[in-house]
Amino acid sequence: MHLQAKRLSKLALSPVLMLLSMLSTGAWAEEAQRWQMNLSPGVTEVGAKIYDLHMIVLWICVVIGVVVFGVMFYSAFTHRKSKGAEAEDFHESTAVEIAWTVVPFLILLVIAFPATTTLLEVYDFEDSELDIVVTGYQWKWKYEYIDADGENVSFFSNLKTGKTEIYNEDEKGEHYLLEVDEPIVLPVNTKVRFLITANDVIHAWWVPALAVKRDAIPGFINEAWTNATQTGVYRGQCAELCGRDHGFMPIVVNVVERAEFDQWLDEKKAQAAEIKSLMDKQFTLDEQMVAGKTVYNQYCVACHGSNGEGGVGKAIAGSALATGEVAGHLAVSINGVPGTAMQAFGAQLNDVDMAAVVTYQRNAFGNNMGDLVQPIDVYNFKQVQ
Amino acid sequence: MSAHHGPSKGFMRWVLTTNHKDIGTMYLWFSFAMFILGGAFAMIIRAELFQPGLQIVEPDFFNQMTTMHGLVMVFGAIMPSFVGLANWMIPMMIGAPDMALPRMNNLSFWLLPPTFALLASTLFMDGGAPNFGWTFYAPLSTTYAPDTVTYFIFGVHLLGLSSIMGSINIIATVVNLRAPGMTYMKMPMFVWTWLITAFLLIAVMPVLAGAVTMMLMDIHFGTSFFSAAGGGDPVLFQHVFWFFGHPEVYIIILPAFGVVSQIIPTFARKPLFGYDSMVYATASIAFLSFIVWAHHMYTVGMPITGELFFMYATMLIAVPTGVKVFNWITTMWKGSMTFETPMLFCIGFVFLFTIGGFTGVMLSLAPVDFQYHDSYFVVAHFHYVMVAGAVFSMSAAVYYWLPKWTGKMYSENMGKAHFWISFFGFNLTFFPQHFLGLAGMPRRIPDYALQFTDFNTMSSIGAFIYGASQILFLFNVVKTVVSGEPTSEEKTWDGAEGLEWTLPTPAPYHTFSTPPDVK
Repeated sequence: MHLQAKRLSKLALSPVLMLLSMLSTGAWAEEAQRWQMNLSPGVTEVGAKIYDLHMIVLWICVVIGVVVFGVMFYSAFTHRKSKGAEAEDFHESTAVEIAWTVVPFLILLVIAFPATTTLLEVYDFEDSELDIVVTGYQWKWKYEYIDADGENVSFFSNLKTGKTEIYNEDEKGEHYLLEVDEPIVLPVNTKVRFLITANDVIHAWWVPALAVKRDAIPGFINEAWTNATQTGVYRGQCAELCGRDHGFMPIVVNVVERAEFDQWLDEKKAQAAEIKSLMDKQFTLDEQMVAGKTVYNQYCVACHGSNGEGGVGKAIAGSALATGEVAGHLAVSINGVPGTAMQAFGAQLNDVDMAAVVTYQRNAFGNNMGDLVQPIDVYNFKQVQ
Repeated sequence: MSAHHGPSKGFMRWVLTTNHKDIGTMYLWFSFAMFILGGAFAMIIRAELFQPGLQIVEPDFFNQMTTMHGLVMVFGAIMPSFVGLANWMIPMMIGAPDMALPRMNNLSFWLLPPTFALLASTLFMDGGAPNFGWTFYAPLSTTYAPDTVTYFIFGVHLLGLSSIMGSINIIATVVNLRAPGMTYMKMPMFVWTWLITAFLLIAVMPVLAGAVTMMLMDIHFGTSFFSAAGGGDPVLFQHVFWFFGHPEVYIIILPAFGVVSQIIPTFARKPLFGYDSMVYATASIAFLSFIVWAHHMYTVGMPITGELFFMYATMLIAVPTGVKVFNWITTMWKGSMTFETPMLFCIGFVFLFTIGGFTGVMLSLAPVDFQYHDSYFVVAHFHYVMVAGAVFSMSAAVYYWLPKWTGKMYSENMGKAHFWISFFGFNLTFFPQHFLGLAGMPRRIPDYALQFTDFNTMSSIGAFIYGASQILFLFNVVKTVVSGEPTSEEKTWDGAEGLEWTLPTPAPYHTFSTPPDVK
């Protein structure tokens, strides 16, 4: 019995010791560290307040825990039959019951005050300087910067980590599963409002360092905001189970100086304008083949193979689709095939790239159809369907 | 005990039985089988998460595992185990000859095995088992669900039917069959907690049935309850689900409170402290459980008034829960304690459940929940409540009453080993998950970033230890039944109080055919 009591006490204390040790973990900024045990204050004022509230409640719990468990284990050591303890017979006391109803209630009141003020701040969406629409897709994010002049900039942000790393064929990189092809860029010290929604199922946009987590719900628009006080790269993930690749749709936020942000946005706008101007252009087959190959190698090659031989996806070389009607080929490329790995690329690729890649697929890999798809064809197809 | 009142022989005894003890035994064995099945799913999850990268299962199968683990553990293991305990103990505790509605009792058990056979069979069907999490949020569980979702919906209906019949039976038994003199405020705490639980079940299982019926309509009959495109609202699903789901948490934990309130006084050799306040606290928790559901949904974008209401209401739950913990500890205070296996599990329960309560208070704070929500911190929190709460108390109950049930004594050494290995394995599994969640690891992901590796590896090792310790439990129980040391003492434990301890050991097939007098 003695031996067991000692073991009991040792084990009982270990979580408390671990709790204490986790408080010494230093603050981190950009992403979670190895062995990190505690929440991060992040790089926003609200995040720091949330962190403070977390620490206050944690310490209150630790103190209550030490007292309550202290009494319990003291009793378990002292009031035991093997030590000759005789049981007393008291079994009720209204005064004591009232005391331990009222005291916890008062403690809760103390906690409720900072919790309420912090919550009010989280819910203050007014006076944002920049609005960004965040849309969750299975399984990627789309960002659209709202512009007063109607020149919105939008792009998709996909997981960059390759299958070979995930399936342990290659060594995993430093930012394994937390890297994207195109991060969202925010200006530092600017109140940014996110308008969060989803295209298919519910997702949740979560970046711990920015203290933002908000559900992305199809058909509804949620608000959230942040104001990062330090430049840097901040990483997060989708937090709501959204299907097969829920674990593979990370978020990378690049917070930069205002000037750098403006320059970046101008470049994106210029790119968008260029694509717009290309919409009317008639490309030659050779031009489309060159452009299409680039697009193919970025978006299609992982599933369909570098020679169109197929893999996860079906073969394109000699396929009925790529050698059949152009409309059918466009329909699958734009809308995807529900229930399979073939995604809908209609929103992800602009019409110029879509025209190029479809042309490429119809003429490469020995398909040699000789037909040429122009951006305007893609545009018209989308209008009709 | 005349021959024609004894059990019939062979397999048909179990199919046709209306005896509360037989049905209780079947519930307990069934729930243990489900505990092993759900545990096997958990082992697959933890094996995949042992290291970063995908090694063992594909992401979609991983999602099927998390879903089935939750469903099987909640509806197949924990709930039926406490119903089994209620069947065995409530009539013996209130001096009744059997449950009030014995044939319905038989039916409510026999609905379960086919239901879980159906659910498990979906694993082998085209498209795989349900993969949308045990909370099955629409539209992932409707428009985007595998075809097997329809079997799942049918299964939930059957489970609801079983639970509602079981609760009606318990209410009817407690209200009508108490022995003369057994007033409500003299009932053992276990009976009280189950009476309140039964009302919770009757209130919320129809709500769950409503939720899955709306899903069925959306999937097969063209309605749009949960689809914004048709004028519905995916968030409506969450409100309806959690209106069931939050009371469900208390449906699981209240009977566990009851068990602990029976066992601690026995081994402290001192009456339960604050019996009246324990009853009132249980009732308060039950009431509060109906007005806090949306604290599972702080991030869905509720208006701030809603957030504040649910935050304050949720914080209040700490008050009656605290009262219970304080009462248990005061019961131990100045007692004359011994530490047999049931008592060890109860002390483990009070200690670890309270830690789960602390993290519950932290989670109740909406602004901080924006960081905790859907992270491993939540996973750690509810496993402290569900495993160290419900499962520990169930283990305690089995050790405590096994001698009364079988007339044989279990091996105390093996029981203690079961406790200590469980305690160690459990904490190694779930304590590091607090850290993972705080560091930013989302739940329900099959693969994770490299910085989460160390704690995940620890957690997986802990899970394997915890899982293995349950084999020891099974072995101990089987060994007791087969070749345990016979005992015929009416009171297995010298400090035990209550009508069940006035009966012969092992408890005869029919007990209290004549009601006892309760003074």
